[in-house]
Amino acid sequence: MGVREKFDRELEQLKTLVINMATKAEQALASAIQSLVEQNENLALQVIDNDHDINRLDEKINETAIWLIAKQQPVATDLRKIISSLKIANDLERIGDQAVNIAVATVKIANQPLYKPLEDIPKMSERVQNMLNGGITAYKTDDLKLAKQVADEDNAIDEMYHTLIQELLQKLTESPELTNQITQLAFICLYLERIADHVTNICEHMIFAIEGKRVDLNR
Amino acid sequence: MKLASVNQPQTETNGNFNKPVIEVSGLNLWYGEDQALKDIHLNIPENQVTAIIGPSGCGKSTFIKTLNRMVELIPNVTITGNIMYRGQNILEPKYRVEELRTKVGMVFQKPNPFPKSIYENVAYGPKIHGIKQKKILDEIVEKSLRDAAIWDEVKDRLHENAYGLSGGQQQRICIARCLAIEPDVILMDEPTSALDPISTLKIEELVTKLKQKYSIAIVTHNMQQAARISDQTAFFLNGELVEAGPTNEIFSNPKNKQTEDYITGRFG
Repeated sequence: MGVREKFDRELEQLKTLVINMATKAEQALASAIQSLVEQNENLALQVIDNDHDINRLDEKINETAIWLIAKQQPVATDLRKIISSLKIANDLERIGDQAVNIAVATVKIANQPLYKPLEDIPKMSERVQNMLNGGITAYKTDDLKLAKQVADEDNAIDEMYHTLIQELLQKLTESPELTNQITQLAFICLYLERIADHVTNICEHMIFAIEGKRVDLNR
Repeated sequence: MKLASVNQPQTETNGNFNKPVIEVSGLNLWYGEDQALKDIHLNIPENQVTAIIGPSGCGKSTFIKTLNRMVELIPNVTITGNIMYRGQNILEPKYRVEELRTKVGMVFQKPNPFPKSIYENVAYGPKIHGIKQKKILDEIVEKSLRDAAIWDEVKDRLHENAYGLSGGQQQRICIARCLAIEPDVILMDEPTSALDPISTLKIEELVTKLKQKYSIAIVTHNMQQAARISDQTAFFLNGELVEAGPTNEIFSNPKNKQTEDYITGRFG
């Protein structure tokens, strides 16, 4: 029998909670983007409503982590994993909020024809979704190499964001009657860029948990 | 006890630690044919707390008892290496062990006050060292009991038997007794393992204050205690020093897997 079987099980349960929360955040982002592309107000409202599930998981993770620290007095890798779980949950909660923000923006422009078919925003969101999926996979399997690859994607997302913003601002000066729509689309680009930053944070927390090193991948 | 010839000591400086008051290098110890300590190199920094941790039988208590040569009370002990106390090798035969044990005091796991009054317990050491004037003894007793954080609890019953005190109080009387002869280093061999949680925390608080004046080495089975009160932690296993370093680093990111396994309780 292992010496700390119960504690090891509890650590696994904590990790499972984080994975569940990550999956819900991933679904929220996917649904938010789908609602935007389809201009589907009902789907957007569902994303907003479902955010409570993500927040509840965040609370559960906090509670579990605090009890583990109090009861088990973890040190070294165990402590780093628990602390990282708290930090990752925090970033996932913010990703959920950004998905809600995308949904809110979608609702604001749901009833107006888009000035052009969306191409670049879905491309950007696909890359961000791939980042998030990669980050979750890396976390599940403790794959540091994958985590670093995912974090490297953030620079490309930043470049896409700046390019899109420039285009949207240009369009705004040409067509001031589209101010509301352009503004909401610009915000959506910002939310996607922020989500990519949060995924990079998650990769940093993973590196800290496994290697005990603090790195800044948000360069 | 046989004291064999010695090697040159190694000295290392570390930005986290004060200069060493004790420098151990190449220390080996045998009980008969059984080697209990293997090539130990460890510095005890001045005015800091060094925790010695490790599983039962790893050599923790043996190691700490070499630092004041208490280990030589056990028959058939052989020691090689160096233990430098303030630049002098205490293992050299000409080194006066009585003087060493004045400067390097010890507190044991089980509180062991003398079957005497509280006053006599603390005054015993100074009296042995030739102090006879009552006024001076009174001052020493009060100062020692204050420094051991027990004066207020016993000042009105100094002439009662120390056996009437609780375990935690008795242990603080033992610490006062140690302080009365003005040591430089205090060795503590699991000083709180026989005490209740509140007494344990009081002793820990006392250790944190005592390090301002004394250098302390403490053997403990309680890893949280080691993490709470020490500046340096040294992990022993099977007579070897596996890893020593700043306590923050040992408990957050140890370099050695054996250390990690032990402190996380995976070591079975």
